[in-house]
Amino acid sequence: MDNKRILRNNVLLGLGLVLMVAALYMVFVYVPTEKNMGVVQRIFYFHVPIAWVSLLAFFITFTFSILYLWKREMKWDSFACASAEIGIVFTTLVLITGPIWAKPVWGIWWTWDARLSTSLVLWLIYVAYLLVRSFATDPARGARYGAVIGIVGFIDVPLVFLTVNLWRTQHPATIIFEGGLTAPMLLTLVVCIAAFTALYMLLLIHSANLKIMDADVKHLKSMLQEE
Amino acid sequence: MENIGYLFAAYTVIWAVVFGYVLMMQRKQIQLQRKITLLQESLDESKTNGEKQL
Repeated sequence: MDNKRILRNNVLLGLGLVLMVAALYMVFVYVPTEKNMGVVQRIFYFHVPIAWVSLLAFFITFTFSILYLWKREMKWDSFACASAEIGIVFTTLVLITGPIWAKPVWGIWWTWDARLSTSLVLWLIYVAYLLVRSFATDPARGARYGAVIGIVGFIDVPLVFLTVNLWRTQHPATIIFEGGLTAPMLLTLVVCIAAFTALYMLLLIHSANLKIMDADVKHLKSMLQEE
Repeated sequence: MENIGYLFAAYTVIWAVVFGYVLMMQRKQIQLQRKITLLQESLDESKTNGEKQL
């Protein structure tokens, strides 16, 4: 890694760390407790940014999958795959934090409403993405199949986002853009979203770089054996 | 509300682990870069030796 890249990564790491400390302070100290739901509502400041990052991650997978199919360069596939992996981790966290919030508020852990079901389907699509890649004997073929799933599977992302507005669901509709939050709540949410986005970028850069470098090592080793 | 301190502590620990993981990935990249440089040097060396023999 050259010094410029190390510096850039360290700046991003520092920024992420500062934002995360600020987010923790704001969620647990600064923001007032919501009147109806009480302390449990504070999970909102993690649940929503995590959901945002998972959708962003799958959008990045979609974009880099198109780039890979177009250019056929493995670095684009590395970014697409790294982003899908992070997206799965974050979607898993969404599927965990959602029921933790739902139980005291709705009285149930899970219901098969449109938002929850499409989120679960999203998780399954990208788990299938990783499975197909790992089952392929040839890495290039795995990358090609993965790219197709990464593009087609993205259809579910706008569906997840729009479900609460298209159908009547147990899950609340979007209130962020409709003035449903007080100024301290909105500020806390924005800081949390920024913190999680910085974390996503850090994870993406490092994970994709590791994949690219790992492929380079394999390539150089095979060339050395041929010599 | 009395247990919020534990919740705060749990989140802090989770974030410390996540940043530890990021640092670990950064270190692994540096190790891989060293390995790539070594392999590249070995490859250049074997190419030069091959050319000399010809």
